[in-house]
Amino acid sequence: MSLPLFVIFAALLIVSALGVILQRNPVRSALSLVVTLFLLAVVFIFLEAHLVALLQIVVYAGAIMVLFLFVIMLLNLQSEPVEVGRVGLRFAAAAAGSLFALQLIWVARAKGFLAGGMNDGLPADFGSTTVLGEKLFTQYLLPFEITSVLLLVAIIGAVVLAKRQVN
Amino acid sequence: MALDIGIAAIKALVVLLMVLQLAGVLGWIERKGSALIQDRIGANRANVFGFAGAGLVNTLMADPLKFITKEDVVPAGADHLLHLLAPCVNLFPALVAFAVIPFGDVLKIGDLEINLQVARLDVGVLYVLAAASLGVYGVVLGGWASNDRWSLLGGIRGSAQMISYELAMGLAIVSMVMTYGTLDLQTMARAQGGTLASWLPLPAWGIFYQPVAFLIFLCAGIAESKRVPFDLPEAESELVSGYFTEYSGVKHLMFFMTDFVEVIIVSGLVTTLFFGGWQVPGLARDGFHLGAATIPLPHLVVVLLQLIAFTVKVVVFCWLQIMIRWTVPRFRYDQLMRLGWKGLLPLALANVVATAAVLLAVQG
Repeated sequence: MSLPLFVIFAALLIVSALGVILQRNPVRSALSLVVTLFLLAVVFIFLEAHLVALLQIVVYAGAIMVLFLFVIMLLNLQSEPVEVGRVGLRFAAAAAGSLFALQLIWVARAKGFLAGGMNDGLPADFGSTTVLGEKLFTQYLLPFEITSVLLLVAIIGAVVLAKRQVN
Repeated sequence: MALDIGIAAIKALVVLLMVLQLAGVLGWIERKGSALIQDRIGANRANVFGFAGAGLVNTLMADPLKFITKEDVVPAGADHLLHLLAPCVNLFPALVAFAVIPFGDVLKIGDLEINLQVARLDVGVLYVLAAASLGVYGVVLGGWASNDRWSLLGGIRGSAQMISYELAMGLAIVSMVMTYGTLDLQTMARAQGGTLASWLPLPAWGIFYQPVAFLIFLCAGIAESKRVPFDLPEAESELVSGYFTEYSGVKHLMFFMTDFVEVIIVSGLVTTLFFGGWQVPGLARDGFHLGAATIPLPHLVVVLLQLIAFTVKVVVFCWLQIMIRWTVPRFRYDQLMRLGWKGLLPLALANVVATAAVLLAVQG
């Protein structure tokens, strides 16, 4: 895909991600996260991963974030005053963040991700639903099933918590 | 390349205008139809030099003019930006959802073959689901940004309802995806040509394979579009107008339009998934095949017949939804949730399992 478009959307993505942590109002923060997830889906489309992009929107932007908003609205959270954290903590956060960024760049260079086009050398049917489904149910069957068991455990846990009698 | 983009733009524009026009006409059908059902006269005041056009002047000219010229009121203490954003966020996903619904087969102009579907995506149906799930935000935002109790209650009800019914809707679609073995709506529509069996002269439409999925989908679809009997988010008698109580003028009109656009989307999907899309029974690409006899037709006539068939089917289902809206009383909230979670969802799940079992038995 074209690089200029990718740069535009990546820049928007970063701006909206900053919005999540810089907005004082929790509803606006949550909405920034929705926009971030949506733009992330756009980036997935640039990477030819159409199914992942759509699932990203359906599951994260469409369902999970609605629940977030739902809870924020039900609790009627108001705008938070800006909390100035301790100076040492902020330095530590900045250092950890920079370290992570450096690590990402280092890995990308070492693996040669930065050389060549974005989607060079991909098979023609990369990211298609058929291929993804086949991989999931053959090569990655065990992780797939384990994930579903994990989700089942979470569901049962939620039911148990919801059913608990409060004395 | 430029030609491709041009064709895509024209298709998108045609579909967009068609949907918006139909939404306007549905407004008229809704007002006059409800009047007929309730034994009233209905919209008949506005006229141009004495011509009222059975209420058409009222609903297609006077009403929009009124909406556009009305003062735009933003309640005190409301979040201005989000208040403005909500109707846009509401209308946008509803409009873009139409991009993957095919309205005809292929149109051949010389060597050029135009697929009569705005965008052919590998993920087809999922795109519609994604658009539907983004539609929730308009409701939530409208409810929250208005700084009003009725609006907030409506917004919360709306988001809970839409999330609940999305599941059943998604599972109904899953069983259709399994039946056709594809996510692309155009391929699904093509698969519905011909007859069920050589001895059974019924068209091979999805409804005959998946009647249960059809009922689930229609129910969940009406719930997604938040119309009676699922109109708890706006419930006039309880919440004034729910999540768009505090909207006036064009913003109110946008919420109003979204309602009808969603009705059209549901109809378009029902038509494509269960009623053959643009298929006319017996019509193939070269003409009518009736038993052994063949009536050849020119290509353009075939395409035109398909377009008409699709439009007629969509309008019929729009009409059906409007009839349901004015016939059935509103659910209570617990009934709504019970129907969604204990009725439709298990039924849809069972339907998926049954579909899988039958497919396994047939295909081995």
